[in-house]
Amino acid sequence: MQERINETIKTDALIIGAGPCGLFAVFELGLLDIKAHLVDILDKIGGQCAELYPEKPIYDIPGVPYTTAQGLVDALMAQIKPFGARFHLQEMVETIEKIGDPLFRVTTDQGKLFEAKIVVIAAGGGSFQPKRPPIPGIEAYEEKSVFYAVRKMEALRGKRILIVGGGDSALDWTLNLAPIASHLTLLHRRDQFRAAPDSVNKMMALVGEGKIDFVLGQVAALEGEGGQIAKAVVKRNDGSDFHIACDALLPFFGLTMKLGPVANWGIELKDGELIPVDTAAFESSVQGIFAIGDINWYPGKLKLILSGFHEAALMAQKAHRYVYPEKRLVFQYTTSSSSLQKKLGVRGEAAAPAAAPASAR
Amino acid sequence: MPKITYIETDGTSRTIDAEIGSTVMETAIKQGIPGIEAECGGACACATCHVYVDEAWLPVVGGPSPMEEDMLDFGYDIRSNSRLSCQIKVTAEIDGLIVRTPERQA
Repeated sequence: MQERINETIKTDALIIGAGPCGLFAVFELGLLDIKAHLVDILDKIGGQCAELYPEKPIYDIPGVPYTTAQGLVDALMAQIKPFGARFHLQEMVETIEKIGDPLFRVTTDQGKLFEAKIVVIAAGGGSFQPKRPPIPGIEAYEEKSVFYAVRKMEALRGKRILIVGGGDSALDWTLNLAPIASHLTLLHRRDQFRAAPDSVNKMMALVGEGKIDFVLGQVAALEGEGGQIAKAVVKRNDGSDFHIACDALLPFFGLTMKLGPVANWGIELKDGELIPVDTAAFESSVQGIFAIGDINWYPGKLKLILSGFHEAALMAQKAHRYVYPEKRLVFQYTTSSSSLQKKLGVRGEAAAPAAAPASAR
Repeated sequence: MPKITYIETDGTSRTIDAEIGSTVMETAIKQGIPGIEAECGGACACATCHVYVDEAWLPVVGGPSPMEEDMLDFGYDIRSNSRLSCQIKVTAEIDGLIVRTPERQA
């Protein structure tokens, strides 16, 4: 599978989270010649905007009366294109160790190793992880006989498997595990599915051939001993109960956000879930580790994308001092600075008048 | 102002004023009604503002949209009168609406 390559990737900045704030951080850092790598647990760029509500409208981006969440992500990707940031998707940062002043060694769950002069945590609500379904007492069975992801299919060979859900994960695993299970039941609360129609058709074909069962209902309770599930108590939609005997339960209830490993990085937290920062540079209690966007906290904090953009700009100014301690930073506008325009690849393209009106600032 | 009554599983009942144009979820959150979490803030992207609409009010309130129905898959103890309260708009017609909050949110 994944080969563990432990060659260190050296970068100026490591940004954790590829949502709108992480993306705009690439822009602000890029203007100051700070190169960035981004790590995100999702399989796509855009964070919550792309994962949870890509088609939802957004009306409060300054100067953009209307866009969609995906539209904003696409526009940000176009805006940061000149800076050539590298993305590491479907990876979660596990550890951050301070090894210099400042210099950080960062590892991911895929075995990647980074050395970064600064770290920017733009992780929003934390990392997306499978959601625990609201079944009483399910915690006791987790990782023993209740699994939210399938790591080794072989471990499920010959077992009576109960899969719950109606999305792509539930249907994909139904199709994948059907050949190796001794018996497989797919349980969903209705006969409509969110999954791809093709998968649904294939599943229905297996039901037709008598190879698997498809049952309507919802899990109300679990019974078993010592973490080993024996049966699920299932409620039919008319309120009556019945049992499904099983050795393994795979519930697929979508994703939720959890703070995850951030809690182990030695950074001071507020209420165990937010990173307090100063409002001059949005730096955490650890010098060189910044936090921007929904994950940070300061008096008056508003969880707005536009606030995260502002935070990214100020963060970059302080980051510059760490990345280029010898260089003096001259504040410039993209409107008029030829050196910034060169970085953006727009030099000479602008037909704008030489002197921008003050209102453009 | 239309009034909405929220009833908890233990029977505790609260009747509050709702602003026309807002939602049954927003009304509950603003006034600190327990049993409604609304993790996603009303984007129909979670199922933590799940309520049961009183049977008598079903014809007025109507059923969930296909997208809301998809989200309800993530809820607990979904019934035929389940709705996500962020998707129920407050109108003059729903004055007197009764909703019950579930035993647990997703």
